[in-house]
Amino acid sequence: MKLKVLQVGLLLAGFLVWHVLTSPTLLPPIYFADADKAAFFFGEPLAVLRRLAEWFTSGEIYRHLWVTLLETLAAFAIGTVAGVGLGLWLARAPLAAAVLDPYIKAANAMPRVILAPIFMVWFGLGMASKVALGVTLVFFVVFFNVFQGVREVSPVVLANARMLGASSRQLLRHVYLPSAMSWVFASVHNSIGLAFVGAVVGEYLGSAEGVGYLIHQAEGVFDINTVFAGILLLTAFALVLDLAVSVIEKRFMVWQPRAGETERL
Amino acid sequence: MAGRGNGGGPALALERVTCSFAAPGGAGKGKDKGKGKGNYTAVRDATLVVEDGEFVSVVGPTGCGKSTLLNVAAGLLSPSSGSVRVYGEPLAGINRHAGYLFQADALMPWKCALDNVIAGLVFRGMARNRAIGAGQSWLERVGLAGFGDRYPHQLSGGMRKRVALAQTLALDPAILLMDEPFSALDVQTRVLMENELLDLWSADRKSVVFVTHDLEEAISLSDRVVVLSAGPDTRPIGEYAIDLARPRDVSEIRLSPRFIELHTQIWRAMKAEVLKGYARQRQ
Repeated sequence: MKLKVLQVGLLLAGFLVWHVLTSPTLLPPIYFADADKAAFFFGEPLAVLRRLAEWFTSGEIYRHLWVTLLETLAAFAIGTVAGVGLGLWLARAPLAAAVLDPYIKAANAMPRVILAPIFMVWFGLGMASKVALGVTLVFFVVFFNVFQGVREVSPVVLANARMLGASSRQLLRHVYLPSAMSWVFASVHNSIGLAFVGAVVGEYLGSAEGVGYLIHQAEGVFDINTVFAGILLLTAFALVLDLAVSVIEKRFMVWQPRAGETERL
Repeated sequence: MAGRGNGGGPALALERVTCSFAAPGGAGKGKDKGKGKGNYTAVRDATLVVEDGEFVSVVGPTGCGKSTLLNVAAGLLSPSSGSVRVYGEPLAGINRHAGYLFQADALMPWKCALDNVIAGLVFRGMARNRAIGAGQSWLERVGLAGFGDRYPHQLSGGMRKRVALAQTLALDPAILLMDEPFSALDVQTRVLMENELLDLWSADRKSVVFVTHDLEEAISLSDRVVVLSAGPDTRPIGEYAIDLARPRDVSEIRLSPRFIELHTQIWRAMKAEVLKGYARQRQ
């Protein structure tokens, strides 16, 4: 409880400092010759909050948030399914894994944000190109984790399942997949974040809706307060997504010992 | 009952089984080649026969390839040469007549105790709700009624072993392979588990191969004790019939004169191998 108070206090203090330093009238100009310049470069918290309130009262923001959310979730879902699928397959097909290894490493090393222009040409300026960008970001995180997860299945657990009569399909379902999923969940915070990055960066680079688009528009007319409002909104949004992931994780990973509860198996 | 006694012949017959492994790095990467250790032969020309309904213990110094023999019997490992017969039929792939109790934790950590117990039944196509009934009664038999919804990490080591035992026995295998199953347990739990195992075994006399490094455990449980030589090139070097009366209580039987006599006799044979094993590991 005390911790929460301190945390909220820090946030308020941050806003206060921001307000004091940027308000044109409060302090005599220290750094900038022009009193309005600080506000021009760094925005004003009150104006930012006013902008946020406007967005929500007019309802204008919901459409954009909805678009960004859909893009994020679609990229996350498609990237995760593709990563799990390919990871499961390659981890159990050593030849294919060996052949594809350098290509996968190259694709992972490439700065994939640079694919955004190509996706725009391929998929247009709508949601599809943003989803595609997010998928390329999410896929590799999930893929590598699943790959690792399958390879690190305890040989004893595997041998035991085989002795109990599991067919190779049953091994996949009852042993490999659950083991891989524990690794996927370990990275899920990371991958939902990347899906979000893909969506926002895609919107920023060219779109007609979404929070990234709002930020881009505002930047075009030097409306720094709106830019900051968009950034704050995205941050809060990312936090909510992360929280949702934590809730899901807790429900699915009941079998895993929490840190400090008992030793990891 | 899983095809018990069909075709005749002993429950398990390993004949002149040899198992070689590529030694770590032995495939020869430049510099190491000079050492001339291309292969490591864990087991050489080992012959082991287990009659139907017989409880056989296999003892030997640590690292002598006891588990290798068991893996061969289970069909998890195919021998480099030699043959394995199960009730007279050559073994190909996994040994469907056998249940295997591993030394390490082998429960699926993502399944609760009950789901672990019924896993084998479900794998073999039994409807889940029927399997659950069977699983509950097995949990009861190993003294874990009411623990069905716990996950392995929420159970103690002894409880996990009981779940594993129930998991294996639920399939009613004709042959039971056990790889130092109680070695990780504390002494008290161990004696309890040994007695429980004898109780469960005497109910329907499965054929058991019980691998252990603990001679006392081997004598108190079995009909016959097989002593292995130190590795590498492990093979059986002695067999001793244990003529102690059943039913036994493992903690009491250890005080009987006949037990001590047998123990002295077998230990004399084992001691040299144990020392050899130590000497080789130290090199």
